[in-house]
Amino acid sequence: MIVRILGEGQYDVPPVALDELNVHDDAVQEAADAGDEGAFTAALASLLDTVRARGTALDASALVPSELILPAPDAPMAEVQAMLGDEGLIPG
Amino acid sequence: MSITRRLAMLFHIKTNKMLDRAEDPREVLDYSYERQMEMLTQLRRGLADVATSRKRLDLQATQLQDSVDRLGDQARQAVAAGSDGLAREALTRRQAAQAQLADLAQQRESLIAEQDKLTLGAQRLEAKIEVFRTRKETIKATYTAAEAQTRINEAVSGISEEMGDVGMAMQRAEDRTAQMTARAGALDDLLASGALEDATRPAGRDDIQARLDALTTGDSVERDLAALKAGTALPAPPEPKAITDRADRRERPS
Repeated sequence: MIVRILGEGQYDVPPVALDELNVHDDAVQEAADAGDEGAFTAALASLLDTVRARGTALDASALVPSELILPAPDAPMAEVQAMLGDEGLIPG
Repeated sequence: MSITRRLAMLFHIKTNKMLDRAEDPREVLDYSYERQMEMLTQLRRGLADVATSRKRLDLQATQLQDSVDRLGDQARQAVAAGSDGLAREALTRRQAAQAQLADLAQQRESLIAEQDKLTLGAQRLEAKIEVFRTRKETIKATYTAAEAQTRINEAVSGISEEMGDVGMAMQRAEDRTAQMTARAGALDDLLASGALEDATRPAGRDDIQARLDALTTGDSVERDLAALKAGTALPAPPEPKAITDRADRRERPS
């Protein structure tokens, strides 16, 4: 599965790591739903760490779309929610 | 649906709209390539802006460090001359200059971080554009509608996702540069007013402001004054070396 970390690049994550990824992904979602900034930042960091540890970084010249797109580690919760709320925030 | 899946969907919505609109999918390839070139131009301009903003910060830091040094000397001279009042004024301004300097060092660091991110993003985008250009020509040369559609979709989605990513980094860098330019302008005014420059010139501040300042900085100024009288060195400024090149300043004609 191809995963992009915004501002960082794309990773190829093997299927065996998906369960682990989903656990962290759910935690990010729960924190965002609860509006808990601290939990959000921590869950996002765990998710990003899992992708970096389990995945292989794709070459810069790889031209494939990603199945998951993860916010940058320093993205505030409000910014991520704004991105989801308005597609106009994503240029390109 | 999870946030990360929704983000991926949002990134690809625009691509799909673009792909759907074209009668001949090959048009999308050329259109997308045009957009990529525009984006690279914008990106290079953005990086130049960040570099300019950084140079201005460096220049201001040098000026501020000069002020800190000069005001320290003036305070020493004032003490030697027996004028505690003037020494206090010089030390108050020295502390203000030090505070500005520390703030500047922080701004500089965050600007460097943005610049690094943007540079890496530009490298990734350039690498992908190069691949896209080659693939575009191959697809066009061997075009059969059925098989080309998939390959076009993949290439266009891959590149437009990267453009979206880099575009966001670019916006962030632009915002930061704009903030910094505004603050740099304010600091230029402050430096030009002489408020951080020279304790022997009028500071352009009213008595009330000076007294208000004394309430907050009074204690530490007293400590500096006591240190001077005890013949010990003034406490070092927060991080002056991180921000100015001392050898460079010495070479400048005075």
